[in-house]
Amino acid sequence: MDVVIWSRIQFAMTAAYHWLFVPLTLGLALAMAVMETLYVVKKDPFWKKAAQFWIKLFAINFAVGIATGIILEFEFGTNWSNYSWMVGDMFGAPLAIEGILAFFMEATFFAVMFFGWNKVSPKFHLASTWLTGIGATISAYWILVANGWMQNPVGTTFNPDTVRSEMASAAAFWEVISNPVAVSKFCHAVTSGWVTGGIFVVGVSAWYLLKNRHVEFARRSLLIGAIVGLVGSGTVMLSGDSSGVHAAEFQPMKLAAAEGLVDGGNGAAFTIVPGIKVPHMLSLLATHDWNGFVPGINDILKGYTDNNGNVVPSVAEKMAMGRRALDALAVYRETEDPMVKAMAEAVLDDNVQYMGYGHLSAPEDVVPPVGVVFWSFRFMIGLGMLIALVLLLALIAVWKDKLGSWKWLLWASIICIPLAYICGQCGWMVAEVGRQPWTIQGLLPVNVAISSLSTGAVKTTFFVFLAVFALFLVIEIRIMLGAIRKGPEVEPKDA
Amino acid sequence: MSYEFLQNYWWCLIALLGGLLVALMFVQGANLHLGNRVLSDIQKRMILNSTGRKWELTFTTLVTFGGAFFASFPLFYSTSFGGAYWVWVLLLITFVFQAVAYEFQNKKENLLGVKSFRVALMCNGFLAPFLVGTAVGTFFTGSDFTVNKVAITDPSAPVISTWGNAWHGLEALGQYHAVLLGCTLVLLTAILGALYVLNNVSDDDINAQMRRTIKLSIIPFLVFFLGWTVILLCRDGYAVSADGTVFMEHYKYLHNLLAMPAVLVMLLAGVVLVLYSIWIGAFTKSRKGIWFAMPGTVLVVMAVFFLAGFNNTAYYPSCTDLQSSLTIRNSSSSYFTLQVMSCVSLLIPFVVAYIAYAWHQMDRKKITAEEITAEEHKY
Repeated sequence: MDVVIWSRIQFAMTAAYHWLFVPLTLGLALAMAVMETLYVVKKDPFWKKAAQFWIKLFAINFAVGIATGIILEFEFGTNWSNYSWMVGDMFGAPLAIEGILAFFMEATFFAVMFFGWNKVSPKFHLASTWLTGIGATISAYWILVANGWMQNPVGTTFNPDTVRSEMASAAAFWEVISNPVAVSKFCHAVTSGWVTGGIFVVGVSAWYLLKNRHVEFARRSLLIGAIVGLVGSGTVMLSGDSSGVHAAEFQPMKLAAAEGLVDGGNGAAFTIVPGIKVPHMLSLLATHDWNGFVPGINDILKGYTDNNGNVVPSVAEKMAMGRRALDALAVYRETEDPMVKAMAEAVLDDNVQYMGYGHLSAPEDVVPPVGVVFWSFRFMIGLGMLIALVLLLALIAVWKDKLGSWKWLLWASIICIPLAYICGQCGWMVAEVGRQPWTIQGLLPVNVAISSLSTGAVKTTFFVFLAVFALFLVIEIRIMLGAIRKGPEVEPKDA
Repeated sequence: MSYEFLQNYWWCLIALLGGLLVALMFVQGANLHLGNRVLSDIQKRMILNSTGRKWELTFTTLVTFGGAFFASFPLFYSTSFGGAYWVWVLLLITFVFQAVAYEFQNKKENLLGVKSFRVALMCNGFLAPFLVGTAVGTFFTGSDFTVNKVAITDPSAPVISTWGNAWHGLEALGQYHAVLLGCTLVLLTAILGALYVLNNVSDDDINAQMRRTIKLSIIPFLVFFLGWTVILLCRDGYAVSADGTVFMEHYKYLHNLLAMPAVLVMLLAGVVLVLYSIWIGAFTKSRKGIWFAMPGTVLVVMAVFFLAGFNNTAYYPSCTDLQSSLTIRNSSSSYFTLQVMSCVSLLIPFVVAYIAYAWHQMDRKKITAEEITAEEHKY
């Protein structure tokens, strides 16, 4: 395997580990902030103890999220050097803004939240708890603006003098931050974190109920967890729907792969699992039109006409144009003759929108690994629905006072905790594997985005990071389980 | 505002972030005392909890420094990070261990035991300033890389910035001038750490140890710092002509210092502040040295960045291919990106203000042994 593959594996591994910790940060932050608000508003010390318990678990999880996050940021430079130069003008800004606006907020108020119980006023402490969660959410927004731009690169033009994609105008920045792909990604990812946080609280509480420990604490926490999780589930579904529409519009190949759609057409059916199809459903979901045209993998390879009547060239044609653009760029950079330079620039202008395709070696390169994307998509949706159902039943159980008798539901809640993590990982596999071979959709394929490193160097760091993260994960789980086993420090009558 | 103005403005911000990063590395310096044999376990935990409230600020400043460099000078990000690979990876690994060490070390389920995590914090305490210092040292010695933008049109070797040797950055350890700056930074952060603990922790034994650290550090710090500075002012530097051509100039950095009196004043003011803080930390009863040392450090580091980048100087020079050297002009983001980023930078004072407010609220009471034994929310 070569350096491109190893760089991808390393980045994927870092991102996957990071996403093991982020969703809980986002979701638990909301749950514990709600509990602390109840404490401050109702002046009920019970809620203080409850919030303190969940904050303790939050802190254990938070540290590893930070550790994996810093590696991710710097890997853009260390392993994706060309990428950093060629799109740094677009991608760097949201990353820097994330640091300035979000990370300092998280870091500052986390310290107040964690150490400040006896140092600052209850209101300032409450504000700090909220600001820690808000900081994490703002952080998610900016990094997803950056990621959304990679999926749908808006507001940029290629500058042959600097050889990079640059911000087209100061106003183009607005296009970047209001990129519809970024907005729906943000809603989808953050509220999926609420689901994870919600089911985590519900599952842990369910365990206490099964053990008949801290019953009152568990009941009340479970209610809050179920509400947070259900609100999350609803928003996840809505934003998932718009993510589908965006994929159809901006990344039709990703959608075709997710559906395993080899040959598309009008009124395309949605495949639930191979063999079971719902007629017209895919067209309806992807285009919000019963008979909308959804291109399949072969349509994209051979070229097609989209729903707006635009002719999309075949991949082979795009590759030829891309190659022309690259050749013109080489001439433009190296010639001294102003006439030749002007001609090269004209050729470049005509073909630049497909320049990324010029780096591909065969049309089939644009097809991502269909099996992985297809099945991740199904696991994501299936598990997401299952978790939503369990959360709903948990809410009903609280309402009907059935928590004591529905033991199976308590067990199901516990089992759903790991399932929520698998669900989140599957979601990112759809998003990131589904856009292969592109680092930046249509502009920059992975094989030109890399750094000039030996395969051995990247392999070495991969295994080092893998070992370190695996170690941290094991330790974190052990500490987390230890803290859960020890339980909250609420009054003995609750025990 | 002109493109040149915005490029210079962002170089100033990078310098400021660099200065804040070094000043905040008092966390690293203080953590070196986790291995101090004179201090008891409780005393070590007092230090640990004192830096434990601040480490995320240092860490976040590092992340933001990286992010801001990426956004404003992306060619540096792509060239240095992808090229001096091992240096940055090593630095990151020490920070990754730091990030979990606070939360994990006193938990009984942590597998590795408290000692391992303390050793990790001490490794970070030494290596972070050393590697950052050595890396900044290469701003003056030059590195082994080439930048060739046409490479992108060649499918067989498309990478624009390539490093010239397989050491990927570790070769800087063989450049004594860069290493001198690394050593200087280790000693400086050790002093900053001692001054910070002196201010933040209320314990006679600890305070005595901190004053001792400062006293022991004075001579080596001055030797390394003055040695580095003298060599810097005497060495040839990487100058840029009006058309962007890079050439070697005798006494370039001395010329820069003389050509920019404001930088000279900053440098001297910073040095005076740091020396004053060392004086009152080592030889008086004052605990306020850190309040002079940190601004002093920021001023000195900013002056160093200005010497490296302003007055037509290549701040990240290539000794392999002079014309590949990075300058403020040839490595920056586009005009529009710098405009947008400059608007965002107007929020920085607001960020600094809430950090200062929160810090003030949290530190009104100094850390005591009672707090560490009684308080349940601690590391």
